[in-house]
Amino acid sequence: MSRLTQFGNDLYTGARSFDFVGKRRIWYAIAALFVILAIGLTALRGGFVFGIEFRGGSEFRVQGTTAVEQGSAAATAIAVDAVNTVVAGSNPRVSIVGGDSVRVQTEQLTPAETDEVRAALAEAYGVSESEVSSSFIGATWGADITRQAILALVVFLVLASLVMAVYFRTWKMAAAAIVALFHDLIVTTGVYGVLGLEITPAAVIGFLTILGYSLYDTVVVFDKVRENTSEDGAESRRTFAQSVNLAVNQTLVRSINTSIVAVLPTAAILFIGSLLLGAGTLRDIALALFIGTIVGTYSSIFLAAPLYVHLRENEPEVKKQGTRPRVVRTESGAVR
Amino acid sequence: MARSTAERKAIRSLVWLLVIIIALIAANGASVLFNNGQWTPKLALDLEGGTQIILSPQIASGEEVTQEQLDQAVAIIRQRVDAGGVSEAEINTQGGQNIVVSIPGEPDDETLERIQSSAKLEFRAVLIADLASNSVIGDEGATDPEAESDPEATDGASTDDPSAVPSDEPSAEPTPSASPTDASDLAWITPERQELFDSFDCASLDVVGANVAPVDEPLVTCEQDSSIKYILGPVEVAGERIADARSGLIASSTGVTTNEWGVFIEFDADGTQQFRTVTERLVSRVGVQNQFAIVLDGRVISAPRTISAITDGRPQISGNFTEESAQVLADQLKFGALPIGFEVQSSENISATLGVSQLQSGIIAGIIGLILVALYGFFQYRALGGVVVASLVVAAIVTYLIITYLSNQQGYRLSLAGVAGLVISIGVIADSFIVYFERIRDELRDGRSVDGAVMAGWKRAFRTILISDVINFIAAVVLFVLAVGNVRGFAFTLGITTVVDLIIVIMFTHPLMVLLGRTSFFGGGHPLSGLDPKALGAVYRGRAQFRAPAGVSSVKVASSSREAQRRQTIAERKAAEANGERKDER
Repeated sequence: MSRLTQFGNDLYTGARSFDFVGKRRIWYAIAALFVILAIGLTALRGGFVFGIEFRGGSEFRVQGTTAVEQGSAAATAIAVDAVNTVVAGSNPRVSIVGGDSVRVQTEQLTPAETDEVRAALAEAYGVSESEVSSSFIGATWGADITRQAILALVVFLVLASLVMAVYFRTWKMAAAAIVALFHDLIVTTGVYGVLGLEITPAAVIGFLTILGYSLYDTVVVFDKVRENTSEDGAESRRTFAQSVNLAVNQTLVRSINTSIVAVLPTAAILFIGSLLLGAGTLRDIALALFIGTIVGTYSSIFLAAPLYVHLRENEPEVKKQGTRPRVVRTESGAVR
Repeated sequence: MARSTAERKAIRSLVWLLVIIIALIAANGASVLFNNGQWTPKLALDLEGGTQIILSPQIASGEEVTQEQLDQAVAIIRQRVDAGGVSEAEINTQGGQNIVVSIPGEPDDETLERIQSSAKLEFRAVLIADLASNSVIGDEGATDPEAESDPEATDGASTDDPSAVPSDEPSAEPTPSASPTDASDLAWITPERQELFDSFDCASLDVVGANVAPVDEPLVTCEQDSSIKYILGPVEVAGERIADARSGLIASSTGVTTNEWGVFIEFDADGTQQFRTVTERLVSRVGVQNQFAIVLDGRVISAPRTISAITDGRPQISGNFTEESAQVLADQLKFGALPIGFEVQSSENISATLGVSQLQSGIIAGIIGLILVALYGFFQYRALGGVVVASLVVAAIVTYLIITYLSNQQGYRLSLAGVAGLVISIGVIADSFIVYFERIRDELRDGRSVDGAVMAGWKRAFRTILISDVINFIAAVVLFVLAVGNVRGFAFTLGITTVVDLIIVIMFTHPLMVLLGRTSFFGGGHPLSGLDPKALGAVYRGRAQFRAPAGVSSVKVASSSREAQRRQTIAERKAAEANGERKDER
């Protein structure tokens, strides 16, 4: 059996235990630091970089050209010249995507200009016109997407909180999970902000999907927490915090495994998406999910669980439970 | 006895799953045979190549578009696209306010223009009107639009200036002459046109595309609901001449508001002049020639009688309007065909080669993802990795069949974002197996037999899988309903795979584990089975007593053996007490 299995065994029996709950101030500090860095550095960089869908403009994509082999500078120059033959003084943004495609973004063009630019690009790159895709995006499109995305976020949070509160029979678990969720969202979008990656609608899909993922992971951990703490009952030997900590330890291998399995296909899309297609729907979705899944796993363990303990610590019942274990432990030592 | 019951249950689940799969195959087969279906899902434009235009409504801030208005707009745009002879075009509303027009391939400029332009609205004089042969009027009574042109029902297109008396020379029976002298001249009706009119079938209006005629030529067409067919004169006033149109209650000549609904039109300067000419001529005519037809995209939406000449460019149309129908007509007049103005929000033209290469990339990513997950499954769970692979394969088959079915039945199209959703769902589905397997291992660590661990692990894992799937499903539904753009395609596949995940884990993975638990390889905990109790730290001591792994502090040993004791059933505990002496020996 693999080492991870042995590791899992030790975690399960408590032979080995990480103090997730006890050292929570450290984890809180790290999470807070991440959030501050995400917001602060993004602000320092000058905010998010939005894709053409949010800015509005026209975009062309030349497929299967050999010009890229002569170096990106040469390929870029071809595009700039081609666009300028139609729209003089235009300053297009040209990027090489994948192995043999060129993406050209310009300001908004009229349909007639669009046709001309397509033809010019096809000629300049020596491909047939059918190899040139074009798209035009109105500037208000992005505002629409953003508004709907925020609405979706709010509705999802309300519904998910209700379902969790009902399932776990305590709003505190739901609250802890939601806080962790916000942490995941802020940190993931922060990565985009800090690195200056373009936020496209596909990336927004990724961000919204993190919602489901982040909670999925937290639910798996909390389910074990609930099991352990409800089993404790009156004659428990463990404090509430210890119970939660044991639960987190016991689910650690499971969390690692589910996260790795979730990340693997995402990584495959990310790899294929960036390698073969360059920036595009696939890469943008996958990148957001890749970061989000990893952050989501971290936050379930280091943030959600300790936070839950924190929220419940001051309940009289939980406090009472905390006084008993010390007595039991000394007794057990005596018996042995 | 209990053994065989569990086994029988497991086999029954597997059989049911097989039935479901066969039913899905049969359903798809039926659509292939009888409904022009296909065995592969239809692809969206970003995978197939084509043009996608997103139209967004032009509304003042704070205003909301109603679903009705959208549906109406979609219906009209669909007519326009179909009129261009484009097959397979998809017109949908999206996110409650946008209209998405997807056309495979590269549409010609005419089609594009027709979609993007506001409606073609024109005013033509009626030459001949007749009940359409295929009409179904009679039982619809008051709602029949014919009522509008019915003298009894018509209050009249009145004017602010009722003294405006017809100036045209009354000519009740104009004799057809060689060349028409005005737009109402029956000389427009050539024998060919008469023949066309006689044999005209309103139902085939779109098919033959007959309702298109140059502005200076007569037009043979039908009432919007195909109840009446017309020969109309050349265009006399174009729709652009309308400055405003609104609906409201008609005021009587004394200025008292009646409870009758009408439509008020306001022409611009040129329109006022043109409309004046028309009404001055028509008011003197009798019968259908007294009517002018309002033609929208080649169909007559209204053909009111002319009661007096309109000199100020502010006609009002009355008739059997309800508040709603008056509003609809006013909107149609104001915005052209569309109940609300639309502007092109984005248009995208994907070359077919880009589409194919994106689909290929998606499939390659999926295969790589599947292989990676399978490898990890074998690495972590040894032979159980086989269960992971088998379950994923069955899940893939079921998902594929469902998506193909929806594609055939509901017109669903798989987009690139949808493919991404499918690939990512590999992880989501495999996650549930891991939750389950880890649960079984936990139970093994507690000293259960493989058999018992499978059953006990299932009970607990199922709860976790269910709640996390519910959360995922909510996320998918919310995204699908609220989000715009290709988010929907993604949410759709994610939602479907979440449901498939539940089906597979309940009907395939669990039954398979139950059956495998009976085999000597898995049940006996072979080191390669992934269920080896020894490797899992559970050492059999007889009667469910286990020694904790070595090298652990006594406190930990105490707590973990107590943990094991606590998890015993009553029977196990009693047995353990009876064996108390043996325990002390160690």
